[in-house]
Amino acid sequence: MLTEFGKIFIFILLAVVFVPLIVYVAKFIRPARPTKEKLKIYECGENPEGSPWIKFNIRFYVIALIFLIFDVEVVLLFPWALTYQDFGFYGFMVGIIFLLILGLGMAYEWRKGDLEWERPKPIPPILDDEPPAENEELKEESLTI
Amino acid sequence: MYELLYDIFGSEIIAMIIAACMPLFLFILPFALIAVLLERKVSAHMQDRLGPMRVGYHGILQTIADILKLIQKEDIVADTTDKKLFNMAPVLVFAGSYAVFAAIPFSGAFIGSAADVGIFFIIAVSSIVVAGILMAGWASNNKYSLLGAMRSAAQIISYEIPTALVVLSIVMLTGTLSLNTMSIQQTAYFWNWNLFGGAADGFVQLLLLPFTVVAFVIFYISSLAEVNRTPFDIPEAESELVAGYHTEYSGMKFAMFFLAEYANMFAVSAIAVAIFLGGYQSPLGYLGNTIGVEWLIPYEQLFWFTVKGVGLVLVQIWLRWTLPRLRVDQLMTVCWKYLIPYAFVNLIIIGLISLI
Amino acid sequence: MSLYDIIFYLFALLVLVSAFITVTSKNIVHSAFSLMFTLFGVAGIYVLLGADFLGVVQLLVYVGGILILMIFGVMMTNEITNVDIKTGTTQVVPAIIGVGLFAGALTSMMLRTGWNSQPSENMDTTTYAIGKLLLTEYVLIFELLGMLLLVALIGAASVARKEKE
Repeated sequence: MLTEFGKIFIFILLAVVFVPLIVYVAKFIRPARPTKEKLKIYECGENPEGSPWIKFNIRFYVIALIFLIFDVEVVLLFPWALTYQDFGFYGFMVGIIFLLILGLGMAYEWRKGDLEWERPKPIPPILDDEPPAENEELKEESLTI
Repeated sequence: MYELLYDIFGSEIIAMIIAACMPLFLFILPFALIAVLLERKVSAHMQDRLGPMRVGYHGILQTIADILKLIQKEDIVADTTDKKLFNMAPVLVFAGSYAVFAAIPFSGAFIGSAADVGIFFIIAVSSIVVAGILMAGWASNNKYSLLGAMRSAAQIISYEIPTALVVLSIVMLTGTLSLNTMSIQQTAYFWNWNLFGGAADGFVQLLLLPFTVVAFVIFYISSLAEVNRTPFDIPEAESELVAGYHTEYSGMKFAMFFLAEYANMFAVSAIAVAIFLGGYQSPLGYLGNTIGVEWLIPYEQLFWFTVKGVGLVLVQIWLRWTLPRLRVDQLMTVCWKYLIPYAFVNLIIIGLISLI
Repeated sequence: MSLYDIIFYLFALLVLVSAFITVTSKNIVHSAFSLMFTLFGVAGIYVLLGADFLGVVQLLVYVGGILILMIFGVMMTNEITNVDIKTGTTQVVPAIIGVGLFAGALTSMMLRTGWNSQPSENMDTTTYAIGKLLLTEYVLIFELLGMLLLVALIGAASVARKEKE
């Protein structure tokens, strides 16, 4: 007798077999004529410049960290959401206190600006030649845009 | 469905393997064929163009021609890629998106796996896709790929939180995790759908109505982000990142990414349908019941499920040609400062009302 | 050997092989990705033991959360490709003693425990039971977990902030 998870396992197994199989079958049809240029990394036709494996922005890490904590929260709330109605208002309050504690954390992050995604300050265009004085109005306008 | 296959083949495992193949060959592949064409045609007509016209009547065979071309394309693996991971990434991405289909009820008679954790399993297993995308981006050794993959992963995990919170509020409303049970609860007419407050009594349903609509909107927005569709498509923004994490892929491996993407588009729509739009239930009662033909009902259910799912996919396509792309900081603001707080409050209110 | 056993050994093999690659690989990214298969295999074993909720949690939190975090962490490292990861053997004698003691303890525990060898097929879902326990017996622990997560959230944010300056 297959369990319900056994069926899921067959689904995953099928997908894992399907992709290499298709790629392998297509091997008999497709040509293979590699050249030196073809085997280069695509970089808009130029020679690749430096390695892409560089130090990344720390924002990604922070996002993943905050996500992980909320993920664990959601995991704990799922069993609660299924059963809280059996316990009436008491059950509801247990979950709400839990949620509010985390809401507090969220509010703290928000206040401290951890949820902002830093972006470079816009650089206003530097005007090389000052416009003539009679165009004062025009100058004002161009700067406010 | 299993019983039928079991009777034919006499072995449960063979029956299951065939049943597991069915969503792929009878549903995802034809769907991808139609959806690719649909996307090009719809976008063309929205921009007052004609779109593909050469292959077949009004270009209806265009996708088949595309596939024939893709099969013949050379599979280029650049020298400096990390070959092991490069070849493994499409498998992971496709496996992650296909595993989701195991828990989606296509009709009363066909659901891959009736595991009780249903929607929770779907949220969990789709995280394999994130790992696959990161793997593709890393292994490509290409700046566009890695940037696209990082953006994509950050976006998908961020938007998983509002999705999970909305799902949580619907779980509180329905008291089940199984999508099949949710669909059964939304039976009869369309005003019993969870979108319109579920199958509660008149007054409670009226109270719930605004909040379930908000929940649906939040779910739909975050599901758009989870499949990297416009307006959340910075991971593969053509104008700056070429093609995002699959820039280096060609031939059938690229086709697998493409297939997984379209499978994902349908999967999120199907989940939205199962949770909010009555699942496979007909909005206006069944023809099979009216004329007394029992066996017709599962087919009708499959029909309604497809219609609703493809309808939501059409909305995705429509949005793509309507909205401009969001910037990274706007993207994170939308998620953390709008969707999550709203979903949070919505969850508390729905939980309180469904206590009544 | 039943089908159940075959699947169990399949998952066990997956866990062992990928864990071995994680430890021995010279490339830190390969280590991180092969850790994913270890975590996935453990999730499969949980499900085979009848803990379906725990299996899905393993998938969601470890594969979907911690693994992504680790990969992001690796990406933050400067010059990843130039880092020479030491995977060679050092301190052979103490290691043999330590591992031997640990293996002995594990084996003696394995032999002494009275294992429950009932087949765990067709188990009921554990989600309801966990929910009931969280609201009755473990309600204090549930709230304390909330506090713990709050502390983790604030701590994580302040650590990241310091590094930024």
